[in-house]
Amino acid sequence: MSQLIPVFALAGFVIFFGILLVLVAALFGPKPKASKMKSMSYECGLVGEGQETTKVPVKFYLTAILFILFDIEIIFMYPWAIAYSDFIEAGQGLYIFGAMAVFLAIFIFGLFWEIRSRALEWE
Amino acid sequence: MGSDIFEVGVNFGKMVLIFVMMVQIVPLLVWVERRGSAFIQNRFGPNRVGPLGLTQLLADAVKFIFKEDFLPEKSHRLVFYAAPIMALIPAALAFAAIPLSMPIEITQFEMLGSIWGPYRFVFQGYEIGIGIVFVLGVSSLAAYSLLMAGWASSNKYSLYGALRASAQTISYELALGLSLVGILLLFNTFNFQEIIVLQDKALAFSFFGQEVSLGWLPNWGVFYQPLGAIIFFAAMFAECNRLPFDLPEAEAELVAGYHTEYGGLKMNMFYIGEYGHMLVASALMVTFYFGGYSLGPWLTEETVNGLSQWIVESISPTIVYLMDIPFPESFAAIFEASQNKVNILTAFVFHGVFLGKVLIFLWLFVHVRWTLPRFRYDQLMDLGWKTMLPWALANTILTAIVVLVMRMN
Repeated sequence: MSQLIPVFALAGFVIFFGILLVLVAALFGPKPKASKMKSMSYECGLVGEGQETTKVPVKFYLTAILFILFDIEIIFMYPWAIAYSDFIEAGQGLYIFGAMAVFLAIFIFGLFWEIRSRALEWE
Repeated sequence: MGSDIFEVGVNFGKMVLIFVMMVQIVPLLVWVERRGSAFIQNRFGPNRVGPLGLTQLLADAVKFIFKEDFLPEKSHRLVFYAAPIMALIPAALAFAAIPLSMPIEITQFEMLGSIWGPYRFVFQGYEIGIGIVFVLGVSSLAAYSLLMAGWASSNKYSLYGALRASAQTISYELALGLSLVGILLLFNTFNFQEIIVLQDKALAFSFFGQEVSLGWLPNWGVFYQPLGAIIFFAAMFAECNRLPFDLPEAEAELVAGYHTEYGGLKMNMFYIGEYGHMLVASALMVTFYFGGYSLGPWLTEETVNGLSQWIVESISPTIVYLMDIPFPESFAAIFEASQNKVNILTAFVFHGVFLGKVLIFLWLFVHVRWTLPRFRYDQLMDLGWKTMLPWALANTILTAIVVLVMRMN
């Protein structure tokens, strides 16, 4: 935990700096009178409706769900990769390779099933 | 207690310095980008303000400050203002975890009448044991600022840009994370410092019990992981939303993507985030595949040490002679030659090596942007999921098999 103190300190400093920049921009900028036309969001001249009515393709959610699955699987490989050489030196090389081979087989099967079921088609 | 305060002070100073360094490199990069694009497209680029247009950026910064602070009508005020602040965080946190040079071992010395104990100065913001995982985790926070900006602007173009950006970022993160497994299999550590030390020697490995040694090449990761290096670099382009992967900002389709509604200094903060991300990407590329701050057999530590010893020993007496003022005893020690000064000078030479390598990759970012056209969105997603992810998988399996066969005996 004590390792992370400088990380939070830096994050705090960056946030402080960012707020300072935003405040500076708000303070020094000109403040002309707002008009209805001007404060409209820029959508090439059409009247904006706000993001409440915007429909978003469901594809993005699917991509995010698939990402989480695969990302967790990849994170599982990190400790395996770190311990790999230690296992080989202890004479357990084939065991550790075989264990990951089973895992990777499921991973690859999942990826190809995903592609076959057209979950990754963007048109 | 006294040493604690000293530690906190040093750490705080380092952090401010590294952050300022990151922010200051952004205008320089913008200048390189504009001049470089002009050079590539046979134009002049900014050349009016100052020598070679270098002070153009100062003028730009002043202009940014005096621009109107604009808030669109239907936007969500808090999130709208928080998004650019959020954009600064990931790059700064990630950059501070990367070692910029070798740690400096400072032996005990006397100055200003008191003794300063032995101290190990780490040339990076903070030393984190799980360096690689930390950097990957922190830099993927960038997707939040894009989503916040796009959603809070209440603009269809912004929202679509943000969605595209986040979908693209997470898709390429898979290939990015997987391409690093090869490096982990080779070096067996998460720690950046250890990875660099392992690369800092002549290329040598055992091949079926025989020692193969190529003394004229450094032991860089790129010679073991060429495919991994290519996948990593390409995925980093997508993570930074740079051309040819800059679909989120495709100006022909989406006006300007997620920062359509931003202007002035807030827009500039997104740019600081983007260029900071480029800096992190180049630094990671250098650290994993090109030996970090070391140059292997081309520039060994002994050579640099000898050189800095010579410099310190020839300069120190000159300074003492030139500044022939009656110093108090304690101040005179500052100008005397010592092993500490040699160590510090050596560390800065290697810092220069690191910066040189990073600049090469930053130039590559600029060059690619002005050379390649943009992908179509389905091509982009296909490349990420159906080409780079399987190739990264193949790279991992191949590396695992080769490492198994090589290190078996």
